[in-house]
Amino acid sequence: MSARTINLTLKIWRQRQGEKKGAFETFEARGISTDSSFLEMLDVVNENLTLSGREPVAFDHDCREGICGMCGAVVNGRAHGPEAGTTLCQLHMRHFQDGDTIAIEPFRARAFKVIKDLAVDRGAFDSIIQAGGFISVNTGSSPEANSTPVPQENAEAAMDAAACIGCGACVASCPNASAMLFLSAKVSQMALLPQGRPEAAKRVLGMLRKMDALGFGNCTNERECEADCPKEISIAHIARMNREFLKASFFSKEK
Amino acid sequence: MTLDSKVPGGPIEGKWRKHKAELKLVNPANKRKFTVIVVGTGLAGGSASASLAELGYNVKTFCIQDSPRRAHSIAAQGGINAAKNYPNDGDSVWRLFYDTVKGGDFRAREANVYRLAEVSNLIIDQCAAQGIPFAREYSGLLANRSFGGAQVSRTFYARGQTGQQLLLGAYGSLSRQIAAGKVTMFPRREMLDLVVVNGRARGIVVRNLVTGQMERHEAHAVVLATGGYGNVFFLSTNAMACNVTAAWRCHKKGAFFANPCFTQIHPTCIPVHGAFQSKLTLMSESLRNDGRVWVPKTKGDARKPKDIPESERDYYLERKYPSFGNLVPRDVASRNAKFMCDAGMGVGETGLAVYLDFADAIERDGKAVIEKKYGNLFAMYEKISGEDPYTTPMMIYPAIHYTMGGLWVDYDLMSTIPGLFVLGEANFSDHGANRLGASALMQGLADGYFVIPYTIGGYLAGGGLEPVSTDSAAFADAEKEAVARIEKLLSIGGKRTVDDFHKELGHLLWNDCGMGRTDAGLQNALDRIPAIRAEFWENVRVPGGRADFNQSLERAGRVADFLEFAELMVTDALARRESCGGHFNEAFQTPENEALRDDENFCHVAAWEYAGDKKAPVLHKEPLTFENVKLTQRSYK
Repeated sequence: MSARTINLTLKIWRQRQGEKKGAFETFEARGISTDSSFLEMLDVVNENLTLSGREPVAFDHDCREGICGMCGAVVNGRAHGPEAGTTLCQLHMRHFQDGDTIAIEPFRARAFKVIKDLAVDRGAFDSIIQAGGFISVNTGSSPEANSTPVPQENAEAAMDAAACIGCGACVASCPNASAMLFLSAKVSQMALLPQGRPEAAKRVLGMLRKMDALGFGNCTNERECEADCPKEISIAHIARMNREFLKASFFSKEK
Repeated sequence: MTLDSKVPGGPIEGKWRKHKAELKLVNPANKRKFTVIVVGTGLAGGSASASLAELGYNVKTFCIQDSPRRAHSIAAQGGINAAKNYPNDGDSVWRLFYDTVKGGDFRAREANVYRLAEVSNLIIDQCAAQGIPFAREYSGLLANRSFGGAQVSRTFYARGQTGQQLLLGAYGSLSRQIAAGKVTMFPRREMLDLVVVNGRARGIVVRNLVTGQMERHEAHAVVLATGGYGNVFFLSTNAMACNVTAAWRCHKKGAFFANPCFTQIHPTCIPVHGAFQSKLTLMSESLRNDGRVWVPKTKGDARKPKDIPESERDYYLERKYPSFGNLVPRDVASRNAKFMCDAGMGVGETGLAVYLDFADAIERDGKAVIEKKYGNLFAMYEKISGEDPYTTPMMIYPAIHYTMGGLWVDYDLMSTIPGLFVLGEANFSDHGANRLGASALMQGLADGYFVIPYTIGGYLAGGGLEPVSTDSAAFADAEKEAVARIEKLLSIGGKRTVDDFHKELGHLLWNDCGMGRTDAGLQNALDRIPAIRAEFWENVRVPGGRADFNQSLERAGRVADFLEFAELMVTDALARRESCGGHFNEAFQTPENEALRDDENFCHVAAWEYAGDKKAPVLHKEPLTFENVKLTQRSYK
């Protein structure tokens, strides 16, 4: 952990709450420790803004260990920045050079309204889950856990999908602002497990319908989502979801 | 007022069954006439919201984040305990109960802990049915591992993301009830006060964090599931938004705060790197299964770890605790790291770190085996520290991780304010003075899925809940007070930022009320806290306005409450004239530097009553009686 300090020029998107338009504003960030995370670098900028009587930059964040999915911004054109498999809070400043200029803007999509500066409303993701991203089991009505074996291979594949943190990077990086990677991760997890089969058709149809209604685009195999996903969720899950969709459309009574 | 824990009579194995049979029921058709507020959507709040809505109650659920899926339960890594005894290795409800009481250093309520162990198996059934991708054997049956030094394998897990998966399960059930119209979800809301009408909790006042609007919400009962107060130390493994505000507001309205000095310090965290650090990251305890902890034998040895020969290394846990070695409980491992660093043996740039070395394990098992077990943790370490733990030892240091103390609750999980129930980390009830690994997830879900659905019915069926209006004076006054506070914070216009004050407080508490406490240190903290608080209210600078998305203002309110709460925490630490679990006062230790309890005088829950501004809090004691477990000195030699 041999820390250096670097100086940076930041171009950060500023947008007031309730306004439809914003603009980039330039800030100098001096003496940033390369051991800092990207969000800690923004903390330093905000402390200085506060002391100089200006309003700090609003950005969402919480766990700062890459699991809650609350943080995220587009850094130099990449959702969560340049490092693969990394959330913004886990991106460290040692990956930048002294004198770099960094552009920071919010996740953009029709379905993600900017609240203020870098903070966006991702409530649409909750709506998609509410449209079927669960197994309808009431508390207390579950059978003994080992009464339903799940092949280890399926459990592992389901876990690969379930690792999604719902951050929205897939939408921000997709030219169509599609939520297919997010949606397919949940559909795929449930489809791989015997517990998820009874509602499989209803789930995929309901969630897809909701995604369309919320103004997300469709998938055209650009694969940008997979490249920027901090949990490296594979687009193979989109393929599995498409199979589920076809099965549901042709062979189920669900509409 | 005397504390009545309302523990049912009879043998411990039958208490919960008997109590459930005796609790009054709310008729299914009447359930829809009741509204319940749930604050927080972690494992406890999420599972409670879903389960209460499934029963037919109208539920209003609030969370501080943009989505109920983001509560900090999501960050739990290791696993969840249950007494299934699938491995056939001698586990049972009794043994899980016993281990939890002993691990808590005999400062938890027996009956609550027994119930926790009793419902643990139901949680696993529920979670498997929800589609949680638990680790499985080739047979397709559930896998278990040993965790946190337990002598049986009772921990269920989903890779290193068990908390995330369990939370997303509860979130799924909650989402289903939102879609069904039984839960109304209010994200990005912060509870700023509890509203008490005729002595009962009847509503809350919240601030909409996007618009800044104040909102009033009424209900027949309020369920608080707002987590712990670890962030009072500024640096902790808690998420940035974790805070004590909701619990503290309830405390000021009459809910007793129990054992606030019981804080847990986790031994394996990534060390502090600099002044701008915002939080600490935990590395799962499971690493101690294969890693060896050591420091150089010579003070100030600045050589690279690989240049320090075996003979000049001190594997101090193995030396001091030959039978448990690197697997001693969290409090013991943490304290020993502190002793070593205080003695000048610490490593790294700050001298506040010890090595956790995998070289022997890699040589024994091969890199591939170690990578399979800990790959995600090693990658996380590399991401944060920039060093490769396969080739150079990790550096670790203890950090605040969990708080066992919380609002006092009875057997029904009801606080001293009728109608205010407290679940999960926010209450004090199950972990005593020290929590065992993989037990937090168990408790959060036990409270939400399997306790509150029964006990809240008993309360609501008791009647006497007249309609209340949000236009009433109780609501108006609570809102007025919250607004006045906000306006005061915005009007100060001082010279120091909120974080600056928070850091000062945290640093003070970490030094004086952290791993090793002394009377002098605690007294120093008690002297300093009011001064910091006074300066905060005169010299803090909170930019921006009230009717806006204003994150500085959010933090200011939370730090203001931490500055009040901290005093109670230190007061409690001073009042407890013994050492136990996470509370270690250096004046009370055995010759081998272990915590020395005083069962004669301190075998009680310390429940503090708020007596008013500038008045000393009043201590109430709930005696703890151990009818089933014999009090012993913990020994890990």
